[in-house]
Amino acid sequence: MTTLAGTGPLTKLALRRDRTMLVIWIYVFAAFAGAAVYGFRKLYPTAAGREEFVVASNHNAALLTIYGPFYGSSLGSFTAWRDTTLGALLAGIMSIFLVVRHSRADEESGRLELVGSAAVGRHAALVAGLLVAGLANLGVGLVLAVIPIALGLPAAGSIAFGAGVALCGLVFAAVAALTAQVAQTARSARGLAIGVLLVVFLFRAIGDSVSASGPSWLRWLSPIGWAELTRPFGTIRWWVLALPIVAAVLVGLAAALLAVERDYDSGLLATRAGRPAAKASLRSPFALAWRLQRATVFAWVIGALVYGVGVGSAAKGISGLLGSAQVRRVVARMGGEANLTNAYLAALISLTGLFVAGFAIASVLRLRSEETDQRADPVLATRAGRIGWALSHMVIAVAGTVVILGVAGFAMGLGHGARAGSLGSEVARMAGAGLAQVPAVLVVAGLAAALFGLAPRATAVASWSVLGVAVLLLFFGEILGWSHWVLDVSPFTHSPRLPGGVVSAAPLIWLCAIAAALGLAGLIGLRRRDILG
Amino acid sequence: MTVAIDVAGLRKSYGKTVALDGLDLSVAAGEVHGFLGPNGAGKTTAIRILLGLLRADAGSAALLGGDPWTQSTDLHRRLAYVPGEVSLWPNFTGGEIIDLLGRLRGGLDAGRRASLLERFELDPAVKARAYSRGNRQKVALVAALASDVELLLLDEPTAGLDPLMEAAFRDCIDEERQRGRTVLLSSHILSEVEALCDRVTIIRLGRTVETGSLADLRHLTRTSIAAELASPPDGLDRLPGVHALDVEGDRVRCEVETDKLDGLLKVLSAAGVRSLTSQPPTLEELFLRHYAGDGPQRHETAAAAADGAQS
Repeated sequence: MTTLAGTGPLTKLALRRDRTMLVIWIYVFAAFAGAAVYGFRKLYPTAAGREEFVVASNHNAALLTIYGPFYGSSLGSFTAWRDTTLGALLAGIMSIFLVVRHSRADEESGRLELVGSAAVGRHAALVAGLLVAGLANLGVGLVLAVIPIALGLPAAGSIAFGAGVALCGLVFAAVAALTAQVAQTARSARGLAIGVLLVVFLFRAIGDSVSASGPSWLRWLSPIGWAELTRPFGTIRWWVLALPIVAAVLVGLAAALLAVERDYDSGLLATRAGRPAAKASLRSPFALAWRLQRATVFAWVIGALVYGVGVGSAAKGISGLLGSAQVRRVVARMGGEANLTNAYLAALISLTGLFVAGFAIASVLRLRSEETDQRADPVLATRAGRIGWALSHMVIAVAGTVVILGVAGFAMGLGHGARAGSLGSEVARMAGAGLAQVPAVLVVAGLAAALFGLAPRATAVASWSVLGVAVLLLFFGEILGWSHWVLDVSPFTHSPRLPGGVVSAAPLIWLCAIAAALGLAGLIGLRRRDILG
Repeated sequence: MTVAIDVAGLRKSYGKTVALDGLDLSVAAGEVHGFLGPNGAGKTTAIRILLGLLRADAGSAALLGGDPWTQSTDLHRRLAYVPGEVSLWPNFTGGEIIDLLGRLRGGLDAGRRASLLERFELDPAVKARAYSRGNRQKVALVAALASDVELLLLDEPTAGLDPLMEAAFRDCIDEERQRGRTVLLSSHILSEVEALCDRVTIIRLGRTVETGSLADLRHLTRTSIAAELASPPDGLDRLPGVHALDVEGDRVRCEVETDKLDGLLKVLSAAGVRSLTSQPPTLEELFLRHYAGDGPQRHETAAAAADGAQS
């Protein structure tokens, strides 16, 4: 039996299990590319207007950090500017999830053991995961190339754009294959691979935003940078596309070699021994929930701090950029009205609200995974009641949301205030702006809790879909000119535009009331339903 | 109180799959009660209803004199549960999980915890992700056995244990019996149930098919007899209660209903017994009679139902 025996059937099985998810991913990419082309065509119809924005943007550290530089001022260049780095990041995340899901995660669940005892080779599951990720990236590359072509952009540039993003995804499929060999659990395999992704994003961000004398070569170390350095729609450098191919092959081979070295369901990193008895404090459902979630909460708080200081300190430079009437319109549309720095900060705060909603959903969904992984049973068979058990995780979701948003706002105030010379007032103002996002996030978390109690099997898919719709509405709703009836569906539409906007208490109180009602509905539902093992 | 568990006519279905179809189960306080049935018979469903994790569709269930659904948290102070498939938090050590579950139950005997760890040869400093299936099972067992409770609900607790550890488990259950605790032991391992249990309930396709003490049940079983005689026997085929008769000259093999044993022995000794082996009835036979005894067709339906039903 070769080490690849059974790869075909495993790949088919994986594709079957993932068919819905893959379609959704590819659809997201299609929407992503389509909205950029369509939106920019509406916003910047003239070459002069685009030229103006390109010059300003290429001198703005914040935009360079997030999106990278422009290579040209055509509509295609705008699309590539907006979508290349973020698209490459998304493709990386998609690939990491796919590969880990079909290798280590299946080992943990014991599914592969069942399959592995049949005629399946040592490398089959890993290669099947890589093949699925490869096919997914092929699909992503195709829609990213075809949609711009269909919307009238040059074919060569569109293909370079699609290929750059897809190949970055492929590199991270290989990286995930490698971390799956090293890490002790599927969770940490994913975490390690995403860590690598963030580091290379940072390399690109630093390389793009430093002055000419700085370490701009850093972006050459980044697969995300390669997608951008191909310069789709500019003077295309096809040879750069060879870099991700070589990297993916090398990293993939390294993963295959390491796969032989390790045991089933264990990584190359050894498991350390822990404490033989529990701390005295580990004695309640809440202590258990906190122990399960604290690492995530801490990671988010640190992330919010770094992100806040980073984007906050770029705020002062933004007014230099905003010479152009068009940009003024974009930013004003994304956030507040009065002052452009405020509008920039407000836009970032809204964005942070959406991120943190991701945290809140994941935090509530922990209940569901505890249930389906059968770890809830032994806890609920003690005097810990269902309500106390569920509330423990919900309290962490709520408190975590408050702390993370507060810290993000505080850090933005810190970053902005230090440069603007008004530290005290900025810190307080921005922390308040962050906290004003809390009610909208809680509505999303409340919805997840309600689903958990009333429609447990739909919880995960429905919660994430709701967040996806909220993201779509916030980013594209106004650009695409949807009616405010549609926009009003999203709780984030009702958050105040801070800093700079006017706060009225009524919508915030309503949002909190709706969130509380949803959470209560979830608890009542949970009390009445079966715990599904 | 004399009845620890009293279940009558319990029904539960998951969609179209019927898991329990009128289950009756009665466990007296202080007894070790075997709960036998093939995979998918509904044992786990019954236990999860008793724990208040599932709500029964119909029928009545009383646990320690209370309603398992409405009074679950109060009742849970007085019982400990070991699931059949133990899944633990991968980042916790075994010791941490034992302590946590014990404390959530309302207290843990530290001395007993230490002695159980030793008897089960379990290292409590190992992270749960590194435990084998048997070791995960031991974590749940130590947590349950070290708790100060009246009732133990054990769902196939030895499925992952090696024979040595299974022996340690049997010793522990014997001690629990002496301490006056009630144990409901779900199992499909007959020797274990035979060795440990005072009374047994056998279920199949969600229904109780047999219940009683082992002695009661043995009356329903047949003893296997093999004898070598001085002369060919006469009239064996006319005896009541004799089955699977196989006579080859002066050698006889047959099965006899246990209460008809005397009649058979009289006929055999009339022919002159040279050697005689008699095999006492085992639960195995009882079991096989209930699951496969009615011919291949019934066996197949039972197996198909077992595959389809949630256990």
